[in-house]
Amino acid sequence: MTLIGMEGSLAIAEAVRLADADVVAAYPITPQTHIVERLAEMVANGELDAEYIPVESEHSAMSACLGSSAAGARTFTATAGQGLELMHEVVYVASSMRLPIVMSVANRALSAPLSVWGDHSDAMAVRDTAWIQVFAENGQQAHDLVVCAFRIAEDPRVLFPVMVHLDGFHLSHVVEPFVMLEKEQVDAFLPKYRHPFALDPGNPVTMGAFGPPAVYTETKKSQDVAFNATRPVILEAWKKFGEMTGRHYRPVEPYRVEDADTLLLTMGSFSETAMVAIDEMRDKGDSVGLLRLRLWRPFPFDELLQALKGVKTLIVLDRCISFGGPPGPVCSEIKAALYAQSDRPRIVGFIGGLGGRDIAVQEFIYIVNRGMELAQAGREEVTEIIGVRE
Amino acid sequence: MESFAVYVPRLVPHRDYFVPGHRACIGCAEALAVRLVAKTLGRNAIISNATGCMEIVASPYPTTSWSVPWIHTLFENAAAVASGIEAAYKVRNRKGNTTSKPKVVAMGGDGATSDIGIQALSGAWERGHEFIYVCYDNEAYMNTGIQRSSATPFGASTTTSPAGKLSIGQTRWKKNMPAIAAAHDIPYVATACPSYPFDLIDKVKKAMATKGPAYLHVLSPCPTGWRFPTDMSIRIGRLAVETGVFPLYEVGNGTYKLNMTFPQLRPVSDYLSPQGRFRHLPAEDIARIQERVDLEYRKLLKKVEG
Amino acid sequence: MKTVRKDSELTWQDISLGCVVTDPGNAAVYKTGDWRSDRPITHKERCIKCGICSIYCPEGCIGQDADGYFEADLYYCKGCGICARECWTQAIEMVPED
Repeated sequence: MTLIGMEGSLAIAEAVRLADADVVAAYPITPQTHIVERLAEMVANGELDAEYIPVESEHSAMSACLGSSAAGARTFTATAGQGLELMHEVVYVASSMRLPIVMSVANRALSAPLSVWGDHSDAMAVRDTAWIQVFAENGQQAHDLVVCAFRIAEDPRVLFPVMVHLDGFHLSHVVEPFVMLEKEQVDAFLPKYRHPFALDPGNPVTMGAFGPPAVYTETKKSQDVAFNATRPVILEAWKKFGEMTGRHYRPVEPYRVEDADTLLLTMGSFSETAMVAIDEMRDKGDSVGLLRLRLWRPFPFDELLQALKGVKTLIVLDRCISFGGPPGPVCSEIKAALYAQSDRPRIVGFIGGLGGRDIAVQEFIYIVNRGMELAQAGREEVTEIIGVRE
Repeated sequence: MESFAVYVPRLVPHRDYFVPGHRACIGCAEALAVRLVAKTLGRNAIISNATGCMEIVASPYPTTSWSVPWIHTLFENAAAVASGIEAAYKVRNRKGNTTSKPKVVAMGGDGATSDIGIQALSGAWERGHEFIYVCYDNEAYMNTGIQRSSATPFGASTTTSPAGKLSIGQTRWKKNMPAIAAAHDIPYVATACPSYPFDLIDKVKKAMATKGPAYLHVLSPCPTGWRFPTDMSIRIGRLAVETGVFPLYEVGNGTYKLNMTFPQLRPVSDYLSPQGRFRHLPAEDIARIQERVDLEYRKLLKKVEG
Repeated sequence: MKTVRKDSELTWQDISLGCVVTDPGNAAVYKTGDWRSDRPITHKERCIKCGICSIYCPEGCIGQDADGYFEADLYYCKGCGICARECWTQAIEMVPED
């Protein structure tokens, strides 16, 4: 198994090439550009046999993906920040019309003010869109999760689109060592894409009928039930992937949680910095550990409850502010998930890493200690923004 | 005069692919246009339809009036969805995944085409996808209740450009979509009207044979929004052409050709007076419209002469 | 005529994948003929069987009978009157529905 050094974006492009995508319809936006540039290069050199549609906006990018996926083609796109916002209405349609598009999002902060740098506000804005969503922490995961995404999305028991989130710049633009999957592995892992109702004159169907009030509710329950039913398929795909490569992905991935009273929870590339912080603290004897949220949607309720059994304090880092409401989206979702439990940890949320602001190891140590302090003082409602200059 | 491939009603192919049971208004010429286009396209087509009258009347779940593959997603993206379908079939054929080669056809109203969807359409044209875009122009956002669009003609009263004490209604001239299409240098652009069904059918056939983007702009008289009796739809369309308000022409690879010429155009008032949406217009504005129609017609003739 | 279920009869388990409709043209069960207030009648002695009425019908519900005369299918006919207005020999007359 040779390790090669490659930027996260390019590792994703390699994954798309290995998956033999049919159509890439994309619009450039920092910091996803290297993904689409590499894909265009691959098509130009014959490394990837695909139709590359250089659309004139992200709204058209996702729209072209709708058409392509509906017409039976394996479809990929990538975006970030403002681009994800521009295609917002189309994103809902992809999932309610059950089109298995795969998209990588180089998570980026939202305007205004304009910021091309990373945070999770773009991802948080699409929570309710019924896309399966996973977060990558490093280049290997970005590569692997995109390949898994095609298998999961196109599975006849799923047929929902999948978003693979990776931190803008911190992951998209960083060169890391990783193992590239082999063509034979991916060919064996990915069945051919076949949409049961693909647009074809041989079997004329109508897609996109409108839903009168008498039936809309039923369509949404149907979508909800189907979306929740994707969990076992996701786990099955990751299990198979693990058997094939030795890299096992799980909805919630613990790090050094044995006998930990206090757990920190992170999503995305900050997990790796957090792991260093946890190492330092444990070496000093602190009873701490880390949970890395890999599967964001459908939310891993069972796995999270399991991971939090017996934990006294949970500290959650959000890379997004929800204004006027509970400040951290991930934190507030976790609190909601635990509300009905009679035995649940105290939960303290922090906001950090907005608009590309880094969080160093020492700051993670501060977060854990400050979080424990606030929890003990019964002041869980306090949500600090890490690193803000007062 | 053009010799049509088909000019006898009984020889028009019998089969319809946009079938009765749809909920278009009584006397809707847009439904007629869609019916004739679909009939001509035949079974080997895939339709990408924008939100609008024709989408709503044809697809209340769980029913459909379409018997060819049809997809509706949003309002402004029929051309982008069509681009994706076209690309998918190209690559799937190339990879030996299918041998099916359907004609990809996007359809949208005037609002979907010249307002909210103009970006996606311009992009699809620039990229040169092989698809037909048919704009069914009833000159307002009819499905949502007769609001003005950029295709609403000067002097028309709509709900968002109503005629009132201080206004004569729409005070802008109609956006020239066929000219915008021609400016993209696409191989085939044509105007048509269901009042001239054989001309329309012929143009659909030419569009089907076009290698690259084709654009059909179809005037679709609307009894509900234009306010005339339901049996007058074909008449009104004919008057639009006979007065020069909506000339029937084609632009094939940049060359203009007028399909219907008259020894003399009828006065525009013949077209305006039967329609309630123009009823409020004072004589001076009718004169302005006449002036403008004459000017545009002369400009068109110049382009035809080359 | 085949039965197509009404939207209000469907349970959430009846909903198709992505709300796709797999029965082409099944809207044909909807009786648009209930809309009309006037109905076309053909004076066969004037009908020259040209078929222009069937071309101009927005519903596409005018077909030929066994003798080749063109007649509207009253299940669908909305009574717009276009056929009567456009008939080349004025063989069609719109009469009020009772």
